[in-house]
Amino acid sequence: MAEPCGLGSGPSLMARFLVKRILSAVLTLFAVSVLTFLMFFALPRDPVSGMCPKNCNPERQERVRQELGLSDPLVDQYAGYMLGIVTGRDLGGAQGGRCDAPCLGWSYVNNEAVTDTLVRVVPVTLSIVVPAAVLWLLLGVGLGLVSALRRGTWIDRAAIGFTLAGASLQIYFVGAVLLLVFVYTLGWLPVPSYTSIFDDPVRWAGGLVLAWLSLALLFSAGYARLFRAQLLETLNEDFVRTARAKGLSGPAVYGRHALRAAIAPVVTVAGLDVGAALGGTVITETTFGIQGLGRTAVDAVRAGDLPTIMATVLVAAVFVVLANLLVDLLYAVIDPRVRLS
Amino acid sequence: MDPYLRVTDLRVDFTSTDGMVRAVDGVSFTVERGRTLCVVGESGAGKSSLALALLGLHDPRRATVAGEITVAGHGLVGRPEAALRRLRGRDVAMIFQDPLSALHPYHPVGRQIAEAYRVHHRRAGRAETRRRVVEMLDRVGISQPDRRYDQYPHELSGGLRQRAMIAMALVNDPALLIADEPTAALDVTVQAQILELLTDVQAEYGTAIVLITHDLGVVGQVADDVLVMYAGRVMERGHAGQVLRTPQHPYTWGLLASVPSLRGDPEADLRPIPGLPPNLLDLPDGCVFHPRCRHTEPVGHRCRTEPPQLRAVGTGGHRLACHLPTRERIRRQAEETTRVGVAR
Repeated sequence: MAEPCGLGSGPSLMARFLVKRILSAVLTLFAVSVLTFLMFFALPRDPVSGMCPKNCNPERQERVRQELGLSDPLVDQYAGYMLGIVTGRDLGGAQGGRCDAPCLGWSYVNNEAVTDTLVRVVPVTLSIVVPAAVLWLLLGVGLGLVSALRRGTWIDRAAIGFTLAGASLQIYFVGAVLLLVFVYTLGWLPVPSYTSIFDDPVRWAGGLVLAWLSLALLFSAGYARLFRAQLLETLNEDFVRTARAKGLSGPAVYGRHALRAAIAPVVTVAGLDVGAALGGTVITETTFGIQGLGRTAVDAVRAGDLPTIMATVLVAAVFVVLANLLVDLLYAVIDPRVRLS
Repeated sequence: MDPYLRVTDLRVDFTSTDGMVRAVDGVSFTVERGRTLCVVGESGAGKSSLALALLGLHDPRRATVAGEITVAGHGLVGRPEAALRRLRGRDVAMIFQDPLSALHPYHPVGRQIAEAYRVHHRRAGRAETRRRVVEMLDRVGISQPDRRYDQYPHELSGGLRQRAMIAMALVNDPALLIADEPTAALDVTVQAQILELLTDVQAEYGTAIVLITHDLGVVGQVADDVLVMYAGRVMERGHAGQVLRTPQHPYTWGLLASVPSLRGDPEADLRPIPGLPPNLLDLPDGCVFHPRCRHTEPVGHRCRTEPPQLRAVGTGGHRLACHLPTRERIRRQAEETTRVGVAR
């Protein structure tokens, strides 16, 4: 029989798990970066032609190409970019000169270091996604709980109706309606914009609350359905019957026995959703006119801005990988059976 | 003295979308302290519905329980949920079939038992509770109880899990133990150990036990009384000796004939009961067993039209629901039971 090794009791096991996960994360990021790089050059367009002003002649284009290093062999370009992240690199006078690690290159379009762009836009996306995720989890799990407990009543049906609406609607529609009502008609809220939470928390919340609400409305629908189904399934489990046979009251049966078993799949889905959302909420950012990671990435693709594309894709991948790691850790905390493997 | 558990004309109805199902129909019996009643029958006979009714665990939105159940003189049917909760786990405890699914996978077994104790001992402190649980784990034959306390169900073997389940059921010294197929998920050797444990515990605490099983081998080992159920009804009831040695109902004969025996004629084939248990939504008229019964011809149409009443046969509380005339029945009984060597 296997020895018990909980997360706490086996530090070496925990360390092995982490090392293994980090190695696989690095491998994932490497694959993502190679694919992004190759896809960029597979596009049937010349990045130089897009950034050169009207009176372009082949000589000028060639000079720009040389400056950007785009005429070097692909392997050299890739190695240069990736090494820059670790060691920093010298980009030459036209691109701001020395670029310290982690150097993500110089944007062809924005005329600034990509690192600076990220420092500006990542907090925006974090500010949109993190509060929205808290909201949609609370709303989704709450709705799912209530409708499972009141199964078959009008409350349940209303909740199901809501989730159906949430699953069918789109963010640009919900967002537009919210904007129309709360900003342009009632005037209760300012036009959405981003202010740093450290500068003015009230303006930060006021400028983003509609984005949170529309994300929460849409995402919570899925969670409500998932959690309701999980809870109903769990309530039929033998161990719930055992709990009742012990003489436990309803709340104790739910709280200590049913909820914990039903929440595990919600954690998985939430981790994946949050990870993906942190990679950029393009539609939300566009709907509310806020420049976050998502819009930056889309703009970069449109402009053929290789360093920015690489950087945004890598950051998004890091978020997804981290979210997955977190889900695995949480799972081990929730379900002791996972800890053995 | 009044028997500890008295069940009178118990009926459990389920309403489903396809119609009403009577899972338990007019079942009556008593169990005294220190005695074991085995409820026998194929799957779908209503045994588990009966067990859940004894704890008042049926969901009132889905099932209707009628008739009378008294535990230590107190009626259970129609009692408010809060009163039932005080009874569950304290006076009446239950052991389930599959301990792996009946124990919560996310909590250490010791803590699950401790929870059962603290529900009914609100003032018990942490240390006292742990001491009590470790004592119970030790009592049910779990070695290193202090270490096992913190282990999870998946870390224990099937036998240990069922022992832990029994420790959970016994932690509040219940007077009545309901065991629903407690050995069905276990190896044969472990089965024997678990049954022995139950008998030991009963001898020590004078527990009344209702043991639900489809395994007549188990019945032979532990039963004082036997209740044979089919399609929610009682076919035959009596002391274990009566029912096992001189079974009177063709269904009981069939059950016995379908069990391999070490002492019977080695040439005799196992003979399963032909056909399947009836669909409870569409029960046959008359005796519910008649479509599968090979002994209807001396009776004729009554088997198909008139449900037999449970009435006394012989002496000493042996009861039977069958239309077969006495002489014919005794002749056939001798034939049916010597063939398979029922003398257990």
